[in-house]
Amino acid sequence: MKAVLVERQLHRFAAARAASLIAGSTSGVRFGPARLVEIEPFEAPGRNWRHIAVELAGICGSDLATLDGASSRFFESIVSFPFVLGHEILGKALDGPLAGSRIVIEPVLGCLAREIDPPCPACSAGEKGACERIAFGHIQPGLQTGFCTDTGGGWSEELVAHDSQIHRVPDALSDEAAVLVEPTACAIHAAGRANLAPGEHVVVLGAGTLGLLTIAALRAHFLPATIIAVAKHPVQRDFSESLGADIVAKPDEATRAVRRVTGALAVTNDAGRIERLAGGADVVFDCVGSGASIAQSLELVRQKGRIVLVGMPGSLRVDLAPLWQREVSLLGAYAYGTERVTEGTRSTFDLAFDLVQVANLERLVSAHYPLERYDEAVRHAGAAGRRGSVKIVFDIRRSVLRRSPSRTKADHSTHHEVREEGTIT
Amino acid sequence: MSPRPGFVLEVDRTTPSTLFWHGEGFRLERLPNGSRVIYPPEPLRALEDPDAAIAQALEHPLGGAKPLRELLFPGMRLTIAFDDISLPVPQMRTPDVRQRVIEAVLDLAASAGVDDVVLIAALALHRRMTDDELRHALGERVFDAFAPGGLLLQHDAEDPDGIVRLGVTEEGEDVELNRRATESDLLVYVNINLVAMDGGHKSVATGLASYNSIRHHHNVRAMQNSRSFMDRHNSELHHSNWRMGRFIKDAGIKIFQIETTLNTDTFPAQFGFLAHREWEWTLKDRASFHATSSALARTPDPLARAIFQSIRSPYALTSVQAGEVEAVHESTLQNIFRQQLVEVEGQTDILTMGIPYIGPYNVNSIMNPVLVACLGLGYFFNCYRGKPVVREGGVAILSHPTPWAFHPVHHPSYIDFFEQVLVETTDPLEIEAKFEESFARDPWYIHLYRTSYAYHGVHPFYMWYWCAHALQHLGAVIIVGGDRAAVRRMGFKPASSLADALEMAEDVVGRDPSISHLHLPPLLFMDVK
Repeated sequence: MKAVLVERQLHRFAAARAASLIAGSTSGVRFGPARLVEIEPFEAPGRNWRHIAVELAGICGSDLATLDGASSRFFESIVSFPFVLGHEILGKALDGPLAGSRIVIEPVLGCLAREIDPPCPACSAGEKGACERIAFGHIQPGLQTGFCTDTGGGWSEELVAHDSQIHRVPDALSDEAAVLVEPTACAIHAAGRANLAPGEHVVVLGAGTLGLLTIAALRAHFLPATIIAVAKHPVQRDFSESLGADIVAKPDEATRAVRRVTGALAVTNDAGRIERLAGGADVVFDCVGSGASIAQSLELVRQKGRIVLVGMPGSLRVDLAPLWQREVSLLGAYAYGTERVTEGTRSTFDLAFDLVQVANLERLVSAHYPLERYDEAVRHAGAAGRRGSVKIVFDIRRSVLRRSPSRTKADHSTHHEVREEGTIT
Repeated sequence: MSPRPGFVLEVDRTTPSTLFWHGEGFRLERLPNGSRVIYPPEPLRALEDPDAAIAQALEHPLGGAKPLRELLFPGMRLTIAFDDISLPVPQMRTPDVRQRVIEAVLDLAASAGVDDVVLIAALALHRRMTDDELRHALGERVFDAFAPGGLLLQHDAEDPDGIVRLGVTEEGEDVELNRRATESDLLVYVNINLVAMDGGHKSVATGLASYNSIRHHHNVRAMQNSRSFMDRHNSELHHSNWRMGRFIKDAGIKIFQIETTLNTDTFPAQFGFLAHREWEWTLKDRASFHATSSALARTPDPLARAIFQSIRSPYALTSVQAGEVEAVHESTLQNIFRQQLVEVEGQTDILTMGIPYIGPYNVNSIMNPVLVACLGLGYFFNCYRGKPVVREGGVAILSHPTPWAFHPVHHPSYIDFFEQVLVETTDPLEIEAKFEESFARDPWYIHLYRTSYAYHGVHPFYMWYWCAHALQHLGAVIIVGGDRAAVRRMGFKPASSLADALEMAEDVVGRDPSISHLHLPPLLFMDVK
């Protein structure tokens, strides 16, 4: 079967990094660590594991960071090479109790999936994203499906998933809505991390998929007084507004917008330009994760405010003096588990299933690509906003090559590279 | 030879191209045959001895007022308020009329032994003036005598200790005024009445008032119920100010009003082509026009702006009247009309106008898009008596670069108004209901208004309300040569040429429309029959 496989080849990581720094994200995909190859299907690592045929698989910002060689080396010990990318997955169960059903995978590979008993305190509390054992158990290290050598990932025709990871998709939910359940769960969890109090003003910085979903999550479950979305591209601005942002500002308008909404004073220079806000937003959700976005978050947040890092950061340079002087809290927001929302405590994935339907989030899926056009797809994803798009997905339903029926253990050493239009070398 | 009156030209095939202002530049446009071009009257002759005229007015006041000399006595508190940087535009050559009048008043005060004298720039909600601007308006002598001792003040509408509440009018309008003015034995107000809107009770009731007071007449309802706000007898803006003015008088505040009018000798000799009708351009005018235009085409915007802002107008005094507010103002209006009135027969389908580089609110500053709209759809559109020169449902075509540019010191709230309000709606009523209060009470804008050189937070709203009558009346507004995004942000249509604009306008008013062009500045005021 075909799969986009990431191998531990440092020179290719370096080449992708250099290309992305010079020519922009995804410009070095062809030289990078991932390649579209032919591999053998994965064997179930245990009796509670099922084979899943991939239907749709989303391209996430963290995937692009991997392709760009921009991921932090922090992850090296909690992934296992080679791995198949893709953790936003709609599939069809090929075996097990849900055989034949459409399913969504909850990709975190925590204690339940690793069949570690007793589970760690976080998993016991339902906080799967905070699992302490993601490098232990009967499968290789890997924080999620899509980063573990034993499970495969969504950018392929088939993978294996543990029963605890599998969620049946209601019939009423479209494929496009279902493939957004995983990132929506991330957004709901991120929104919850801020522990919002009534009447607080929030900024959502960045309006790619995660930013837009965070807006939807905030509007649905956490009732802030004002949501200010900072969006660069017209399509992002339109979606921000329709998903519930009260104010949509361009990046260079954000400071003034926050000042206006919060009534903060501002320090200006002699030319009248705002140098810094005296106050600011109660919470900033940084849905970009770059040094520049964290710096801008620090400009927009008030004293003792909170910044939630939603977008995945890497190694970066940022001046933390404002964080120190203004006693700002910097919070990470990774994955999901259970959430305390206005209607009680619920699993993040359950909330996400509801939200994708209620908020009509399927409209965020802008383009489908067959796996054969992998290069093109990731380049589109890397320039999604600029090209008027939001979420780009692989559509394996339409793949030219049919799935292999084989169930033998994967042999990653004998893969074949697919270059163009399914030509196998 | 007497100055010629205003004139309405009908364009035919022999008519040369018509000059349009276009910000810090000009365009020569060929209007379709049959179009009308409305030219202002030529400048009236200046008073031969302005200082003598001022002395005469102070000694022989109108409306039963006593001569100023008799109102001054030792030990009294005298406050002299004067119009701010918004008048006149462009700034006039020195000596400014304010300097002449204030020096005359101060001479009388000194003769009467008055020691407690304070000058106040009547800013209303405008930006504070810089020392250089004050020095220009008042002259070195007055500035140096008052400023160092803290006796030259600028009205602060947001000073909680500096504003006094006098009460409410019979219409429930709050009347709040500058404390020093209310606690003086005599308040002398020195006006420059450049257009018919200025002066009368509006001078004190607006110029020295608080936001709480001003909001009663600077609102959409007042604008939409004024026909026009330049015609004080048919202006809700003025009716409200007159109620407040009479309330102030009844509260015992003594006002000695001085109003002055200027001729329309607006631009220096090197811009002679601006004062002449195109078919009368001399060789020198033509050479000057082409040299100026080609030089401007190569000049960066900030430099062009600086060059134009440095123009000092040769305006000359045509009348001065003093005494009781209402009597003075009626006389002033006659003198303004004597200079500016042009009779125009009937309305037109399309009104064109070139918008110049300057209006009342961008002196030494940037003509931002909101001010472009205000100057065209507020001031120029409303320069009528009777009915608008363009018919209801007609089209206004403005020519201006309309850059997406703001002066961040002078117009901070304008930036937010443009970025955050107009992006949501351009409907004046909705804007007023939804946004005005928060901008008006915003502590940062108040801070900048009081301590920096910023217009009050609510000021861009007033500029938009100034357009409300036109927006209600017109079928479309088109801006030629403007920044397309900025033009669209205001709900208008951009056009790259006048020909395109006229074609677009036909979609609104139909084929073969009648067209009138306002050939201003210099300023004119239309009596539309």
